[in-house]
Amino acid sequence: MSDASLSAPLSAPGEAQMGDYWELLKPRVMSLVVFTALVGLAAAPGEVHPFLAFVSVLCIAVGGGASGALNMWWDADIDAVMKRTKGRPVPSGRVTGDEALAIGLALAGFSVMILGLAANWLAAGLLAFTIFFYAVVYTMWLKRRTPQNIVIGGLAGALPPLVGWVAATGSFALAPVLMVLLVFMWTPPHFWALALFVRGDYGLAQVPMLTETHGDRVTRNHILGYAILLVPVSLALGLTPVAGPVYLAASVVLNLLFVGACWRVWRRDRAAAEADRFAAERRVFKLSLLYLFLHFGALLAEASLGTFLGA
Amino acid sequence: MAIKVEHELHERRRGRNLGVALILTALIAIVFGLTVVKVLQLDDIRQFESFDHVANPYADQEEGGTE
Repeated sequence: MSDASLSAPLSAPGEAQMGDYWELLKPRVMSLVVFTALVGLAAAPGEVHPFLAFVSVLCIAVGGGASGALNMWWDADIDAVMKRTKGRPVPSGRVTGDEALAIGLALAGFSVMILGLAANWLAAGLLAFTIFFYAVVYTMWLKRRTPQNIVIGGLAGALPPLVGWVAATGSFALAPVLMVLLVFMWTPPHFWALALFVRGDYGLAQVPMLTETHGDRVTRNHILGYAILLVPVSLALGLTPVAGPVYLAASVVLNLLFVGACWRVWRRDRAAAEADRFAAERRVFKLSLLYLFLHFGALLAEASLGTFLGA
Repeated sequence: MAIKVEHELHERRRGRNLGVALILTALIAIVFGLTVVKVLQLDDIRQFESFDHVANPYADQEEGGTE
């Protein structure tokens, strides 16, 4: 071995740091997964040991992160084209595709195994299904084929509260299924509002978003339609044992605000939207984040209140 | 070439190495914690003890119970 080989860099300059691997797990998506899974677990009847609850939520979060890494591995080509995603670790070259795949598979395996040991194997199986659904059904199959990609693929992002509930109870119930339905119906208006104001990005990557395949009018119709369909789901959840007056009050106010915002988006066309730089569309996007956060926050408040009053 | 105790590679990969160390430590802590919690949750500690190398003092009671 020569001196030159010893002193030469052993990997490319700008090699990945921990932050790049962390970014691979899509931390912002993971935060939604953690929060909804925590609410599913907290709202479930019965008591779970705090350490087991912590490990269960951690496993669900890591499983979500694994899905993100597998998504980035598969979608590196289209991520490189879109402005919003071209700085991600794989398209920017900081992490190789093989690394992303290995990390995704390893984290998926560990998270499912440890959730099985910490909680139960039904919850572990559901987590495995969630990862499979996001990585294979959504990312590999639907995303590039149909404008309904985010509708069906949204199921993967909707399942964490059910996984949390099953981790606590070992069984299914109506309330967590309605929580899943709430996130499932919320996903389309959330992403289509985003797609309206980052439209060019998806077009460049040839991702068949509804805005690209069917245009603005159809997308606006769909946004309002899903916002209206969300109302009965949200209120039905309010009639289950996990909810109470706090949730119902929050739900009524949030649905009024959200349907109102979507109504304003529905009423106008692209020219009007461009005139004020998509102010109404951006408002729907921001409001959708608040809508989901406060719905689940209210459920968490009810669960905490129940524990406090019951103690 | 001067022999350095710490190669430039070590410096460059310090963050990654610390990260891996942290993840492995967390994994050990989780497995240990799970073991402790699961064992403490057993109602009857005999579920945990299998009496592999000693006489089971409860064996007679169990046999008597089934008769």
